[in-house]
Amino acid sequence: MSVGMEKRGYAIKIMKNKVYELLKMGKRIDERALDQLREIKISTRVVDKADGSALVSLGKTKILTGIKVEIGSPYSDRPSEGVFTVNAELLPLASKTFEAGPPDERAIELSRIVDRCIRESRAIDVEKLVLIEGQKVYMVYIDCYVLDYDGNYFDAAVLSAVAALMTCTLPVYRVVDGRVEPVGERMKLPLRTIPVSITMALIKDKIIVDPIPTEEEIADTLVTIGYDSEGVLSAIQKSSPGLLPVGIFKEMVKMGLVKSSEVRTKLEEAVGRGG
Amino acid sequence: MSKPKLIDENGLRVDGRRPDELRPIKMEVGVLEKTDGSAYIEVGGTRIYAGVIGPREVHPKHLELPDRGVLNCRYHMASFSVDERKPLGMTRREIELSKILREALETVVLLEEFPRMMVDIFVEVIQADGGTRTAGITAASLALADAGIPMTDIISATAVGKVEGTLVLDINEFEDKYGEADMPVAVAPQLNSIVLLQLNGRMTVEEVERGLEMAQAAIKKIREIQVDALKRRYRVEPEGLEA
Repeated sequence: MSVGMEKRGYAIKIMKNKVYELLKMGKRIDERALDQLREIKISTRVVDKADGSALVSLGKTKILTGIKVEIGSPYSDRPSEGVFTVNAELLPLASKTFEAGPPDERAIELSRIVDRCIRESRAIDVEKLVLIEGQKVYMVYIDCYVLDYDGNYFDAAVLSAVAALMTCTLPVYRVVDGRVEPVGERMKLPLRTIPVSITMALIKDKIIVDPIPTEEEIADTLVTIGYDSEGVLSAIQKSSPGLLPVGIFKEMVKMGLVKSSEVRTKLEEAVGRGG
Repeated sequence: MSKPKLIDENGLRVDGRRPDELRPIKMEVGVLEKTDGSAYIEVGGTRIYAGVIGPREVHPKHLELPDRGVLNCRYHMASFSVDERKPLGMTRREIELSKILREALETVVLLEEFPRMMVDIFVEVIQADGGTRTAGITAASLALADAGIPMTDIISATAVGKVEGTLVLDINEFEDKYGEADMPVAVAPQLNSIVLLQLNGRMTVEEVERGLEMAQAAIKKIREIQVDALKRRYRVEPEGLEA
């Protein structure tokens, strides 16, 4: 079940007026511009035992994604496609509001947003992940761990998952008599596009990009939008209560498009350099 | 496996609808005995019961808030509501949708009217044919109204999809499965604002804008059906006025 209105942020209400005052002057509490993301740091291949991995920080939010590749059976309704799954965990060391145990609704929502950004943009070329049609395919398990939570885990998780995918390699197999044998080489995971998400908060009538926790808590609402390399949307999620005027949302879609291409350039540069 | 044709040469859809046409919709308020408010909705083949219990004491107690009430929402699909039997219990999809529906409803419910109390909203999908979250929230807001929960507006919702490059309203399960995108939209019409919005699939910026306009136009019609259902339940004919 899903129960709302956790005991959050009574103290934070004190900050509200300060944030409003600053926003009126086009400023934010951490001195960023309204449409400015925090600094992005990406290091890839941080876990040797993973087939792909990336540690991403977005300001002080830090997320580690590791990818493990196995061989398994395809879904019966998609015999000629490989399989991938996304999981996300809000580790208890990342925030005092996270608890150990099975993923709660926030973690499930996070993993489903990351999944949607990757799946719906068709970033992973699943048709190239088939070894024996209908029988053996690559299974790509993408697991995101939030290590430090300082707001906006959505964009940080998408960045870290995609950076990990960009560096992910798969063992090459050859098929002999209906069985697969490793060749001893590795190949790059086939990617078609680089999905990026942008999370925006509406506070009063102002849209801000990449909110920190104080901004998230006092925001009227939060929206995450995923874009592919062509600027086509692949995911939208309004992820908190509150009214979202249609006009404001249309502005968000356009602002997110501009920001997503900035972020993608940074991501491609960082991973291109070998992280 | 070849993709079936979703738009025919006359521009009509698999079920014969025009792109901007809703499926037949039926709504009824006050259909369950033991809840404080309830509603039933049919949108094409989608069938859903919504029930509201409360305000009542908060359970578990530690969730209680001194200055406002809490909302609890469960979106659940029956095992037989889909083609392949759904395992019992809550799937990840159901957990996510429960959160999304609760947050949308939280936006219009006047929680400060019932501090230290809780309202439970149950959405039970008995047959799924696309658009279950939007039909579910439409029914849930009727059930909340039926329970007398104070609200600033009644939420109405529908989904816009994209099939073979064409934007279509109120997609059914088949179009969702083989189409390119599904964008559920719920609106508080009086407040002219979106309360629930998701997108699964590829749409350009321009298509998202046009899709929203299609949804807003359709939501006006859905709103009328909601009001009509409430009137059928609550309208009292004044006495002594018969001819």
